[in-house]
Amino acid sequence: MDIKAYIESGILELYVAGALSEKENQDVYTLMQKNPEVLQEVLEIEAAIIKLTAATSQRSNNHILQQVKQSLGLNGDETKVISIAKPKYNWITYAGWAASIVLAAGLLWTVNQNNQLKSDVQIAETQQSLLETQIINSKNSLEEANTLITVLRDDNIIRIPLAGQGNFVSSYAKVYWDKNSDRIFLDAQGLPEPPEGKVYQVWSLTLTPLTPTSLGTIDRFTADANKIFEIKNANESEAFGITLEPAGGSITPTMDQLYTLGIVSAG
Amino acid sequence: MELDLLVEKFKQKDEKAFEKLYNMYSDSMHGVIYNIVKNHDIADEVMQDVFIKAWHKADSYSSKKGRFFTWILNISRNAAIDKTRSKSFKNSKQNLNSDFFVDIIEGSENLDDKTDAIGIKKFVTKLGEKCKAVIELLYFKGFTQSEASEALNMPIGTIKTRNRNCIQELRNMVLN
Repeated sequence: MDIKAYIESGILELYVAGALSEKENQDVYTLMQKNPEVLQEVLEIEAAIIKLTAATSQRSNNHILQQVKQSLGLNGDETKVISIAKPKYNWITYAGWAASIVLAAGLLWTVNQNNQLKSDVQIAETQQSLLETQIINSKNSLEEANTLITVLRDDNIIRIPLAGQGNFVSSYAKVYWDKNSDRIFLDAQGLPEPPEGKVYQVWSLTLTPLTPTSLGTIDRFTADANKIFEIKNANESEAFGITLEPAGGSITPTMDQLYTLGIVSAG
Repeated sequence: MELDLLVEKFKQKDEKAFEKLYNMYSDSMHGVIYNIVKNHDIADEVMQDVFIKAWHKADSYSSKKGRFFTWILNISRNAAIDKTRSKSFKNSKQNLNSDFFVDIIEGSENLDDKTDAIGIKKFVTKLGEKCKAVIELLYFKGFTQSEASEALNMPIGTIKTRNRNCIQELRNMVLN
């Protein structure tokens, strides 16, 4: 086919005008695909016709586009989109912030409550251990008291009152001697507090000849509440005496510091 | 080609493509419609209908059947001609003078703000009477080649070559 002659025939001008039959249109399309020359010719004809027809329009047509888009429900109007979207955005933002503030406040409150409870538990634990100590102390006291009661009720216990001597006539003491267990219980309630640096020393005595045997010093005199002291005594004692001695005790009793003395009555 | 892509997107109801095509062809369509109805308000109204129709009928366009420009040109011419035949149009007693597109272009005062205005005005004033008639019927009125041949009492071959020469002249004026 002679492309030049084809173009010169004027068929392409009619093609752009839409004046050809459907069959002719198909033919031009096929040729356009094969020949860039034909396509270029059509493009130029079209461009010229567009300029010519546009020249008969004497108005700007932008307002019509807006009306068309409105009729078609196309929301190309950007300001509209923003005005719709903005409050939505704000609402979500505000709600988000509000929620996070509430959450943060809730968390703080919970942490605070937790700390409070922890310190409460600690206080309760301290109180409990205090009470436990008191209970243990009470148990110990009760045991001591019970021991004393059994001692006092025991028939085999020998009761020896120690009377005040010399300058210390107003003082007194009592010894309960449990011979079976080789021990004595000294009730020192009637002795005054020893001066600082001095201790009471307990003596077991045999009378013929007069021989004192130390049973030890009472170091816890001041601290002890009921002033009853349990002391080992395996001696065949005939009398008991208490002297005031320098701390640590003496080998022999200082006789002018003899506070009380009592003789074991025979039988 | 960019136009093919645009048209393809337009067929898939892409709003941006639609807007681009509108900007490419709206002045041209408005000119054609105005040349038929000869009234600005009615021309606006028809324009609106044409592009709404184009949107809805987008599926029916195929590049094998013709140029996209030709497709929308056909819709415009048909809509404008339909308008002139409508009852409301006849009742409004429009003064349908026999002005051709050339009279509109020549009589236009605000043509200056359009590009190529000078070239087109030059072209129009130089245009022979036979060129005016052929262009008017083929492009502005949508006559087929045989209809134009009948109306102008000319053989089809003569119509074709004459039209080609007229358009060649136009191309020289506005495209160079």
